Amino acid sequence: MDTPLLHVEGLHKSFGALEVLKGVDMTMERGHKTAIIGPSGCGKSTMLRCINYMETPSAGHIHLDGELFGERQVDGGFRRMSEKELANQRAHVGMVFQGFYLWPHLNARDNVAIGPMKVRGLSQAAAHELAEAMLEKVHMSHKVEEYPERLSGGQQQRVAIARALAQQPKLMLFDEPTSALDPELIGEVLNVIHELAEEGRSMVLVTHEIRFAREVADHVIFLHDGVIVEEGPPDELIDNPRHERLRGFLRQINEH
Amino acid sequence: MIEEVQGFLQVYVENWPDWGPQIYAAIWVTIQLTAASFALAIAIGLLLALGKLSPIRLVRAFCTGYIEIARGVPVLAILFLLYFGLVPLGIVFDAFTASVIGLGMGAAGYIAEVFRAGIQAIHKGQREAALAVGMTPAMTFRHIILPQAFRIILPPLLNMMIILLKDTSICSLISTEELMLRAKDLAMMSFLPMHLFLLAGVIYFFLAWPLSLATRRVERWMQRGRRQTFGV
Amino acid sequence: MEFLTKVADLGGPLLLGAVTTVMITLSALAVAMVLGLALALVRLLGFRVLNGLIGTYIEVFRNTPVLAQLFIIYFSLPYIGMKIDPFTAAVIGLGLNGGAILCEVFRSGLNAIHHGQREASLAVGMTPWMSLRFIILPQTWRITLPPLGNYAIALLKDTAIVSAIAAPEIMFYARNLVTSTFETTFIYILAALLYFCLSFPLARLVERFERQQRAWL
Repeated sequence: MDTPLLHVEGLHKSFGALEVLKGVDMTMERGHKTAIIGPSGCGKSTMLRCINYMETPSAGHIHLDGELFGERQVDGGFRRMSEKELANQRAHVGMVFQGFYLWPHLNARDNVAIGPMKVRGLSQAAAHELAEAMLEKVHMSHKVEEYPERLSGGQQQRVAIARALAQQPKLMLFDEPTSALDPELIGEVLNVIHELAEEGRSMVLVTHEIRFAREVADHVIFLHDGVIVEEGPPDELIDNPRHERLRGFLRQINEH
Repeated sequence: MIEEVQGFLQVYVENWPDWGPQIYAAIWVTIQLTAASFALAIAIGLLLALGKLSPIRLVRAFCTGYIEIARGVPVLAILFLLYFGLVPLGIVFDAFTASVIGLGMGAAGYIAEVFRAGIQAIHKGQREAALAVGMTPAMTFRHIILPQAFRIILPPLLNMMIILLKDTSICSLISTEELMLRAKDLAMMSFLPMHLFLLAGVIYFFLAWPLSLATRRVERWMQRGRRQTFGV
Repeated sequence: MEFLTKVADLGGPLLLGAVTTVMITLSALAVAMVLGLALALVRLLGFRVLNGLIGTYIEVFRNTPVLAQLFIIYFSLPYIGMKIDPFTAAVIGLGLNGGAILCEVFRSGLNAIHHGQREASLAVGMTPWMSLRFIILPQTWRITLPPLGNYAIALLKDTAIVSAIAAPEIMFYARNLVTSTFETTFIYILAALLYFCLSFPLARLVERFERQQRAWL
């Protein structure tokens, strides 16, 4: 309980000549929820994707539960892990994407079950049981045999959440989970995320839904232009923003 | 009018005892040519597709070059090169072998592109989701990419088979004993070109047409199935 | 030096053949495009019998080899009293073959234009013909450019086959050259190279079409 669950230090990321993250540090305890907000293009998604090494940082380190993530310390330096080692680590972090990215050739249950079966070696029966339990959690039990093309956006995203839950992850990462959804479908997904938060799961959530972030998160980070401009408890940050940029940003959001 | 048609068809009936066995043998050769060159084309095409993804620049360049050339040079030119053109260098192929190699190497260029397009058609997000769930790239390919790519690749592959079937006729020009050559020889001997070439055409049609129908059936089956799912 | 003279000596006749190759390609392409577009438009009219006939024509020409079609036209037509030279036979044969292929290309191109556009043009007061001319066809053109380009390349390669009916194109000259000079390897490599030089710019053009397409869509 001493080591924080997630520790990000000195994170830099450049894409070619464009520097997107210019030195980001973050720490999060187990069971906590951190929301990352900010204008488009400021690096929120990039920062999230560096945590599970979907993007390789240009500089900086990620520590998950005290262990170095994505790299090995190699006499005096650091080296990116092999794909196999990385896969093993990623199995402990669940990620939910803006575009859901369900696998179209598998039905809902198999989308959730294939991970545990192939990555953790569960038997088909055990994996199916786990899948059905996770789908129940996201209120999709009635659609276990449906294929993604027959599900609405909100339903697909919930299946995607169940897929991440099936990893029994230490940490869940949400990359703008509702940004691609029609307005009337956003609620069902936010409700599920809220329930998971109440259960005490550790989450990092990149979102545009400021009100939701305020409800669910116990720490909010405002990212602007690749650096953390302000951070703190949600009610402080959102109700009494100190930084001019943050105030401007929140004003813009409220106008919609 | 009717008598003319009857007279026309009568020729076939009269000559069939003579033509029949020869035609059957030739059809069999045509089928063998098609199957063998198709198999060769798939084997080479797969290697080329993988080669294009190689980290080694030389391998990539070679594969790209091969594909460009195979797609830009006529089958006949390749066949002539293989059958006649290599003899001074000491490499002598019989007509059948030269045909299989020529047809196969040419088709491989197209098939490589089919493989590549099929794999690239899978949205990158699905690969990411697989990695996020803890699959290795190899597992991702096996469980996520391949099953879907297979469905995409099937129709163009079947189409290629039909093209190869038709291209076997070109092999007659390097005296491969297939249907077209047999038809031409019989036509020359009997002075009945119309009858024989028409017959050949009809036979080719009934060999290729079922494949065309099957291809279309597969295409429809594919549409009914999976659509890409991604929110953005 | 000797090498270069050899190339020039052998390349000369081949280039002559290349001229014929290009002429056959362009002529057959023109025939195929006119035929294909006309048939595609006729199909739009929706007459069952007519569409059935067109469909049959397409199936027959797409499921039989070009060589068979050429032989039938060249060797068989004289028996019905029509005598034609190899060049004409080649253009007719390849043109008919191409018409079948391009009819399908134009058909999918026309279908790709959303019907709403046609409706909108009629609502604005255009006649169906005006709608076709000013709204539908200009867009179809853009969509069909890549498959058209690919067909042109295939057509170029198919001209090699017409050497079988003695049309004086590249392969024909190549064979004659071989029998007179015995420089077998060299000549056939040169011939292949020549075809490649003709098709390469076309292939790049098609690539550019495809890229423009993607950007435009």
